Amino acid sequence: MSPSREVAVVSVAQTPQRRAATELSEVEMIQPAIYQALDQIGATIADIGFTVSGSSDYLAGQAFSFVMTLDAVGAWPPIKESHVEMDGAWALYEAWLKIQAGHADTALIYSYSKASPGDLPRVLSRQLDPYYYGPLWPDSIAMAGLQARAMIDAGLITEADMAEIAQRNRDAALSNPFAQIQGSASVDELLSQPMMSDPLRRHDCPPITDGGVAMVIAAGDTARKWSDRPAWIRGIDHRVDSHNFGARDLTRAPSIAIAAEKAGVSAGKVDVAELHAPFTHQELIVRTELGLADDVLVNPSGGSLAANPMMAAGLLRIAEVANRISAGTADRGVAHATSGHLLQQNLVCVLEGE
Amino acid sequence: MGANRVAVIGVGQTKYTAVRGDVSMPGLIREAAFRALEDAHLTMADIDAVVIGKAPDFFEGMMMPETYLAEALGAVGKPLFRVHTAGSVGGSTAIVAASHVESGVHDRVLTIGWQQQSVSEAMWALSFPIPFQQQLVAGAGGYFAPFIREYMRRSNAPDDIGILVALKDRLNALKNPFAHLHEPDITFDSIKESFMLWEPIRYSETCPSSDGAFAMVLGSESAAEASAAASGVRPAWIHGTAMRSEPASASGRDQITPQAGKDCAADVYAQAGITNPREQIDMVEMYVPFSWYEPMWLENLGFTPEGEGWKMTESGATQMTGDLPVNCSGGVLSTNPIGASGMIRFGEAAMQVRGQAGDHQVDGVNTALGHAYGGAAQFFAMWVVGSEKP
Repeated sequence: MSPSREVAVVSVAQTPQRRAATELSEVEMIQPAIYQALDQIGATIADIGFTVSGSSDYLAGQAFSFVMTLDAVGAWPPIKESHVEMDGAWALYEAWLKIQAGHADTALIYSYSKASPGDLPRVLSRQLDPYYYGPLWPDSIAMAGLQARAMIDAGLITEADMAEIAQRNRDAALSNPFAQIQGSASVDELLSQPMMSDPLRRHDCPPITDGGVAMVIAAGDTARKWSDRPAWIRGIDHRVDSHNFGARDLTRAPSIAIAAEKAGVSAGKVDVAELHAPFTHQELIVRTELGLADDVLVNPSGGSLAANPMMAAGLLRIAEVANRISAGTADRGVAHATSGHLLQQNLVCVLEGE
Repeated sequence: MGANRVAVIGVGQTKYTAVRGDVSMPGLIREAAFRALEDAHLTMADIDAVVIGKAPDFFEGMMMPETYLAEALGAVGKPLFRVHTAGSVGGSTAIVAASHVESGVHDRVLTIGWQQQSVSEAMWALSFPIPFQQQLVAGAGGYFAPFIREYMRRSNAPDDIGILVALKDRLNALKNPFAHLHEPDITFDSIKESFMLWEPIRYSETCPSSDGAFAMVLGSESAAEASAAASGVRPAWIHGTAMRSEPASASGRDQITPQAGKDCAADVYAQAGITNPREQIDMVEMYVPFSWYEPMWLENLGFTPEGEGWKMTESGATQMTGDLPVNCSGGVLSTNPIGASGMIRFGEAAMQVRGQAGDHQVDGVNTALGHAYGGAAQFFAMWVVGSEKP
């Protein structure tokens, strides 16, 4: 037994990624992206076999928040639909399973969040072990700081290396009209900035972003009908590591290496990689665990250092790789998504044109 | 059914109670998980992927707890997937777990639904403040009471049908050692005299707030045959799975008998080759959090024409001795850890097919329906399980 159907990304659309979409509800924010993803291929919701979304109640500040966001889809008459409390990359995984199982030929995936109303780094501390970590309220930046320090202590990276990663991502975002941060100061200027959470400076951290992304995938001939150059999903796998950060080598993310092997990253040349590495030092961990060659183009979109909509930033990586394949500027690419603190949970997707 | 056969090869559950103060969240989940693994004659090392589901994270005060639970679930180095689809989540989670096997990706998947409602106050957690909702209702009962009143008006049902459902389910619960509410002294009159919570829903016609977890192991055809050989218990083969959603409010939407429920039932019946559900389905585990939802869902699921569901209940057809036993486990009316409640329905249906239900076992169950709903009666998840390979 193994999954046998050819499935491809055929359409993607995203909202502008902004610091605060204050004037928009979540429905108003995500709906244009959903309809753009459908309009681009001349489809309506009636053409979609399965719909699945990813979002978080903790970011919305309300239980069952996704119930209201279903209004953005226009689920009438009733639709086949599901929701994950995970990044949209995992919603894509559920849709891919549904198509492999033969329950659908097409799927709409969307994910979004408005992180702006809350204190995001503190909210994210509520995702930690409630007995040993949670009571200390370590925010997401403090946690990442521990990991960056472990990397520096192990001689794997320097603060200057980290600043260069920030500069490269933010400069790359100059060509991404949706990015929140476009363009960077020089490495020397970045390194002259004060620490936020030693050894992390502001440029080492992702921005806080309101936004979302929508995607349509389809099997076989439907994909070829809807796209001149579908981005075929050649492999997709996700794995999780231990939550016991004190007992883990924080400079590694073994789950990425497993997912990369299962998804077949090394089976061919990688032209482009979009990595969901919210903190600068994490980009090195991800590319090392993926086994990427030095010449791979990494994060031409600017990555999550230029825009980091929670629950959507992972799916956005897959969307960016699909865009490049469909545009013909890449033949084979790798996208990575992460969830939780310190790259604990990871998804790897290999996409290819034909 | 999907491209590859899938069966339930292990089930396990905790005792349900108002407060499981002796275990943490991981402890609660592991209790159910290990029982399911033992039932399947497997260990965590045999499991390829773990699929979990629960209702809102606010209930336990922990955001996206799957990463915290990775080790407790034996999932380190494996895929760990989290589903959340409102009250139907337990059913949806089982269906997503089934997709992991139907797709041909995995052979043995552990799936768990749970809730520790004692950590918070579910009623007020479901009473959304402005700007999310008009402040008209208190809790789920406040939301559903007008729908029930409208059902009573349309169908001219006598006032006591809800009491009959509550009495049946609470008496059934006495035969289920895991059920939360065990009320041996309950009578028609004691239910009738219980105080009115949300007219026409009385206190004793309402689900409790429970702590608990339900786990299942789902296996491919080869995994099912191996487990059955080891355990001597027949697998419950999945003959169909379906999910449907509709908006909370849409012009033309019928909240009393939602189109999404009808479409979901039609889909799952078609997959399972069911053309006459009353004849072909041997028992149902149905999501009935408020007593009147039994007759309402009997109609929505096509067991009886619209307006006639209450007559089926009144006739005793849904008793364990009737021709379509409903909620032999005691149902949601006796046990309601929200995130698990849908999976309990799906799992109890599988237990009946496997002949594992003990004192609440119905003789000769070959085909059973598991049903869950959520949100504003707008999310539906269903599966049909059977003793024969599909």
